[in-house]
Amino acid sequence: MSDKTTKKPKAKKKLSPKRKEQSRREFLRSTVLTAGVVGVSLLGVLPVVQGTSIRLRPPGAIKTPFDEQEFFASCIKCGQCVQVCPVNAIKLADLEDGFGIGVPYIDARAQACDFSCDGLQCVLACPTGALTHHLDYPADTRMGFARLSRPRACLAVQGKGFKGQARGADYKGLLRYDEVDRWNPIQVADYPYDLELCDLCVRQCPIEIRITQCAEKAKQAEASGDSGKVARVAEQHGNECPPKHAIALEPFELPNGETRMKPVIKEGCVGCGVCEMICPVESAAIVIDLDKTADTPGG
Amino acid sequence: MRYIRDSLSQIFGNKPRRPSKEQQPPELLEIYQGKKGNLSKADVEAVRHEHHTGCCNKWQRRRWITLILVNVLFVVSYYFDVQLLEGALTASRFVGFHMADLNSALQVALAYKHIVLNLVIGTVTVFIMWLLLGGRTFCSWVCPYHLLAEWAEYLHLWLVKKKLIKNHTFNRKVRGVFYVIFALLALISGYTVFETISPTGILSRALIYGPGVALIWVGALLLFEVFYSRRAWCRYVCPIGVTYGVVGVLSPLRVKYNAEACHHEGDCRKICMVPHVLDLTVRGAAFDVNQDVGADCTRCGMCVDVCPTGSLVYEFKGLSKLL
Repeated sequence: MSDKTTKKPKAKKKLSPKRKEQSRREFLRSTVLTAGVVGVSLLGVLPVVQGTSIRLRPPGAIKTPFDEQEFFASCIKCGQCVQVCPVNAIKLADLEDGFGIGVPYIDARAQACDFSCDGLQCVLACPTGALTHHLDYPADTRMGFARLSRPRACLAVQGKGFKGQARGADYKGLLRYDEVDRWNPIQVADYPYDLELCDLCVRQCPIEIRITQCAEKAKQAEASGDSGKVARVAEQHGNECPPKHAIALEPFELPNGETRMKPVIKEGCVGCGVCEMICPVESAAIVIDLDKTADTPGG
Repeated sequence: MRYIRDSLSQIFGNKPRRPSKEQQPPELLEIYQGKKGNLSKADVEAVRHEHHTGCCNKWQRRRWITLILVNVLFVVSYYFDVQLLEGALTASRFVGFHMADLNSALQVALAYKHIVLNLVIGTVTVFIMWLLLGGRTFCSWVCPYHLLAEWAEYLHLWLVKKKLIKNHTFNRKVRGVFYVIFALLALISGYTVFETISPTGILSRALIYGPGVALIWVGALLLFEVFYSRRAWCRYVCPIGVTYGVVGVLSPLRVKYNAEACHHEGDCRKICMVPHVLDLTVRGAAFDVNQDVGADCTRCGMCVDVCPTGSLVYEFKGLSKLL
């Protein structure tokens, strides 16, 4: 750092033993630094290999139930999907997900995706196509597949009704209730139920709600003598209106001959997680599966 | 041409080239000759004192304000749901226009091997922006890790001054090695490996979406820089700096050095995060009377602030002449 440095001899200079030792140490340090930093970054592979980074992802995530590699690779970890979600269902994964750091996921029990945005805002916001733009409607997606994991805990199976706040007074989760406010989701805690037989998972299923809306629309159209138009729209978008059924309460017989109802998952389930979120039993009797059943509905 | 070649060479860790006497124009040699033996320490001290009585750290103040403003804009956009700057530093939308961090986009492209149009738009926009603004300007004017590292650097320098610790340097070539390794890792593994440990991405997301475990890694890096090696991440590791450095090679916004009044006392090199770019301020090391500082420079303006003789100034090539 002084003017002396300019007076170096031009020819390839011989380093003094001290300088030689210094540069040898610097080289060693640099090697250790390289190995250390690259090593730490490669630790990120562990959660991927162990499968602990597999989670419920937002609609349109390009992944298979077992392999999220493409999704991790294409996601730029910016969180724009998080910002547009009207119910704040999407979160970004932390360091414990390794290579999946900053990748969006949904904790359905805490806050499921209820498609309040209608237009798949997260898909539209994604700058890299990690949430594929080939989706037009909620019913086009397949995030996972619901399963009645604890049938004996299910209130409907027990023949019980449900009264009160579905998840208790302290639960912060949001849902859209069309009859309350079409445009602003409200807290589940602000919408107490009084049901003779608990059918919350069917009642709140966004796909089932959509089917009801489609039926009403069709009825209105028929009344005004415009049925041809509705038929064309339905044809054009296949699954759009009405989508296929996702869940229904169906009767079954107990060993003692008594008939009860239980939720049965149908082909149209998209795995949004609203059933898991709304299930009043602790812990939820119905959950979203991500494994192979997610791609073989009804199987 | 020489600027581009020397800049790239420095970015990838080579020592700055020194000119031979034949390569230097006579007027420069005259300037150097004229200063020989004329500069007593007291003279330099006097000039330095005079300089510092005026306004100091003008550029640092502007830079910190800009850096904080940009990052606050991200946070505010999300919290108050004003759609000004949505997303994080890795990719965002500025009033609806796509922006993508060049290094993140590169990692995604290498890992995913497929690019959608939005990403192309975002990358080109950001490329042009930093092409105009100086490339590594991103580092010192936007990157949140840079600011934390700057504060860590003060602590480090204070500890060194107190002789409590020693600074350990690394070979600068190692940053080029990291660049190649992380590019290859993304290409081969199919994962954006670097994003896992990128303090820029981690900090930006932590600011906007709330803190997480990943901040421990950022903390560890800062501790490493305070106690072991000055500005180690930015100087020796970060591939983001290399990406923007290469963009900056073609940028018209540079710091210009003029040898006439320079005292060669080296205040600028002491304060600089990438002191190799200021090697030209050593007596006898410049190629010309006026010479631009290489593209590995982060355009932070610390040298502009500290230079007692005004020998280092910002310039916008082509524009400065017009003004």
